[in-house]
Amino acid sequence: MEQKKDTLLEIHDLSVSFRMYDQGLEQKDLRVISDLRLSIAPGEIVAVAGSSGSGKSLLASAILGILPENATVRGHLHYKGEELTREHQEYLRGREIALVPQSVAFLDPLMKVGKQVDGPGKKDFSSKEEKRKSLFKRLELPEKTAQLYPFQLSGGMARRVLVSTALLCEAELIIADEPTPGMSLEQALEALKMFRELANEGKAVLLITHDIDLAFEFADKVAVFYAGTTVETAPAADFLKGPEALRHPYSKALWRALPQNGFEPMEGFQPYAGNLPEGCLFAPRCPYKTRECEEKVPPVQEVRGGEVRCYHGA
Amino acid sequence: MKENGKRFFQILFKHGIRMITLLLAVSVISFALISASPIDPVRQYILGLGSAVSPEQRAQIERYWGVNEQPVTRYLHWLADLLQGNFGESSLYRRPVAEVIGERFLNSLTLMLCAWILSGVIGFLMGCLMGLYKDRWPDRALKKICYLLSTVPTFWLGLLFLLVFAVWIPLFPIGFSAPVGLKSGEVTLWQKLHHLILPALTLSLTSFANVALHTRQKLVDVMGSEYVLFAKARGEGKWTILKRHGVRNVLLPAITLQFASFAELFGGSVMAENVFSYPGLGSAVSAAGLSGDVPLLLGITLFSTMFVCCGNLIANLLYGVVDPRIREVANE
Repeated sequence: MEQKKDTLLEIHDLSVSFRMYDQGLEQKDLRVISDLRLSIAPGEIVAVAGSSGSGKSLLASAILGILPENATVRGHLHYKGEELTREHQEYLRGREIALVPQSVAFLDPLMKVGKQVDGPGKKDFSSKEEKRKSLFKRLELPEKTAQLYPFQLSGGMARRVLVSTALLCEAELIIADEPTPGMSLEQALEALKMFRELANEGKAVLLITHDIDLAFEFADKVAVFYAGTTVETAPAADFLKGPEALRHPYSKALWRALPQNGFEPMEGFQPYAGNLPEGCLFAPRCPYKTRECEEKVPPVQEVRGGEVRCYHGA
Repeated sequence: MKENGKRFFQILFKHGIRMITLLLAVSVISFALISASPIDPVRQYILGLGSAVSPEQRAQIERYWGVNEQPVTRYLHWLADLLQGNFGESSLYRRPVAEVIGERFLNSLTLMLCAWILSGVIGFLMGCLMGLYKDRWPDRALKKICYLLSTVPTFWLGLLFLLVFAVWIPLFPIGFSAPVGLKSGEVTLWQKLHHLILPALTLSLTSFANVALHTRQKLVDVMGSEYVLFAKARGEGKWTILKRHGVRNVLLPAITLQFASFAELFGGSVMAENVFSYPGLGSAVSAAGLSGDVPLLLGITLFSTMFVCCGNLIANLLYGVVDPRIREVANE
């Protein structure tokens, strides 16, 4: 990609593993993210696509530094060119990096929604409230939503409330973890449009999603996740063109599995984190695999303006 | 709000009915147990008179107590009197049972209230501390203290306190609710407090572990919840999280638990009052039991049932009215 300019967030060779007790007292490291590579620049929406269990949500936690205590993170995370240390993450959370979490369970069950969206702190409180009101209006949330408790929200309302928390703060990087399920198509479009506007204002949005079709429409780049690694990062336009424009066999299979593209399922299943293959993580299911693929993890190659982790990337 | 008021009375009514049936059941069972016991109330009554009685007088007394009637008729007589507010006369104190209970209960109430508040506050704070420092040294140390104190019997701790703080280091009086030899009008508030401290401390120390350990577990759950994770992701610090989300979600269960612990509180007060010769309901019940004072024993049994029931009722009401989730479900 030609935009090697100033990236906002850059992730290299990231791996995350969990220390688990196997049988008895034997400890085992469960690698859930390996050799992950991703970068996002101001003004960009990068969609992260991949099946459940491919490590999408964990990536969000790793960036924010809110992984559970038994997790080990290796590799490089750079924010504005600076190494993301624990202290730096603590400083950035809620200030420059905001999260849109997955479900209503991320809201305090005993606190009214309005108070939660406003967040702690008293300064410029009234302006915050004003902003929240106009945000709620745009997201088609009735004004009385602020007075409700989380359990009184419908699924779609809860998602919109969660989206509003990130839109309210002045974050430069917004990580949205499945923000659209449960919303009507119009509401989902409105939410994504708001993300697009934020990106156009110079902010960056990392959009973790299952609604791949919508992501293709709104994102600039799409990163395809498989078993905890990025197999391909490509301009979103390539996904609209079709499998010929894509580089990795998994991306192609994913494209073909979409309902409008033939609904063709793929044989086999994603490997379990405790049972990863030696070489390329996709090799066991790959129709083009060679001995090389099974022995060594392929390097990242640049192919036609996209990145692909494959020996045969074409 | 009007809805809430209506619901409040509904709960009150429902639990009122339950309490009445429970009291009836307790009265039947305790009456049956007393009837089956070797205690002879007539003999105790005569002993209490302090003078010999003629066989004619004895027969008269027996007729009055209904000795020769069927137990069921006797029970019904007793119940009818109870409903009119007549609990009978205590053979031990030579005064109406209701009066004895009223006076003794006031003493016990001060003791129990102090212990209750103390154990609630200590327990809650300790629980929060343990939950916040889960598996680190403050948690491990406090947890051991909790386990230790919840296994220690109340009377033993009371004796220990007496030994240390009244005999070795004479900071506190050795017993009673006021200095010996003073008329009740002459006792100052400070003197009353002074006599209250050791028993209240004993009672609270043996009962706070429950609240502390429950609060700890609840706070650990809250701190591991997704909404706390999200709060962290939004840049809230540890103490902000505790203030904003921790206390909010932990306080209600703790208070509820504290109200539901009236039974343990009353049980503990029997022990503590005996050790400290504190003239409350607890020492009256053991005196009544030991001297076979049947009217007083039955009276206190029913009264303490009501006391415990009230605690549970408050716990239920609190949950139903304060927690928005339960309030909503019940309104539908």
